[in-house]
Amino acid sequence: MLLVNEKEVFFHAGMTLADLVREQDPAADILLVNGYPASLQTVLSDGDRCWLWRRGKAPSAEEMRHLLYARHSPGVQGCLQERVVGIMGLGGLGSVVAIALARMGIGSLLLADYDVVEPTNLNRQQYFVDQIGQKKTEALRDILQRVNPHVAVTLIDRRLAEDDIGVLFKGVHALVECFDDPAMKAAGLRAALRSLPGVFYVGASGLAGYGENNAIRTRRIYSGVYLVGDGVSGAAPGQGLMAARVGIAAHHQANQVVRLLLGAENEAG
Amino acid sequence: MKVFCNGEAQEIAPGMLVADYLSQLGLDASSVVVECDGKILTRKEYGSHALQDGSVLELIRFVGGG
Repeated sequence: MLLVNEKEVFFHAGMTLADLVREQDPAADILLVNGYPASLQTVLSDGDRCWLWRRGKAPSAEEMRHLLYARHSPGVQGCLQERVVGIMGLGGLGSVVAIALARMGIGSLLLADYDVVEPTNLNRQQYFVDQIGQKKTEALRDILQRVNPHVAVTLIDRRLAEDDIGVLFKGVHALVECFDDPAMKAAGLRAALRSLPGVFYVGASGLAGYGENNAIRTRRIYSGVYLVGDGVSGAAPGQGLMAARVGIAAHHQANQVVRLLLGAENEAG
Repeated sequence: MKVFCNGEAQEIAPGMLVADYLSQLGLDASSVVVECDGKILTRKEYGSHALQDGSVLELIRFVGGG
């Protein structure tokens, strides 16, 4: 049997992708086999997972889910769609982390910010000019809807305090600290260490300016607790926050969350 | 008396409070997480927790930007 757009289709020896396309959807022009684009000449094997699609056609919720399944390694999608991730702060880090996780098919996001989109945010944050003045929580939810409408998004529209964090984010599988203010970064880590045992945590510190790419590192500070950044490049006059380096750090954070959720980190030590 | 901070031995005044120690290091207490003898201190405890001879400190310092 083959899995074609997640439906079982009879397989016969020597079958090519061209045979399958002719049989299933002769107008299909986007063809994936086991997660990779493949040519019509590809000879199929029993058990292959195929995805046939017409360029430009919008997928339904079910098809979108199948498409992510087809694009990711086996096991990845099923795990990510069952997971809940909290993001504290929806600026240059948080907006990027949220979009990356949504594209990867995370199940639920819990998004917290108190601020509105301002013109000075647009140099690095994922908002648009026509969203200036909107609450960041709502603006980001609108963007996520357009990226992957099948992520469940819950908004926390308030200024977080150290004592709330353990309550508001109870039950998440991972919490991502994307604050701007260093006092809140410290508060977030203290709150997580003291009141969210067993929750993966990925914070950030030191990502301003246009310093070396590879100075941005992900380091483990406790079991399940990681910090991303170079540790020293704070936002300051003459060293602003810039889209590329903030984006590098944000994607470190998003990938670290995925690694932790998928059990790719050796957390025994 | 002696304390161990991020793995390094340091000589400090007996009974020094965590807040004063951070200030002596030139750190802004609000942007530092302090683990003292295996326990994460609350922000309030910085002003009341006195260091002991042989205390083991881990300081995690944050810079701004996000």
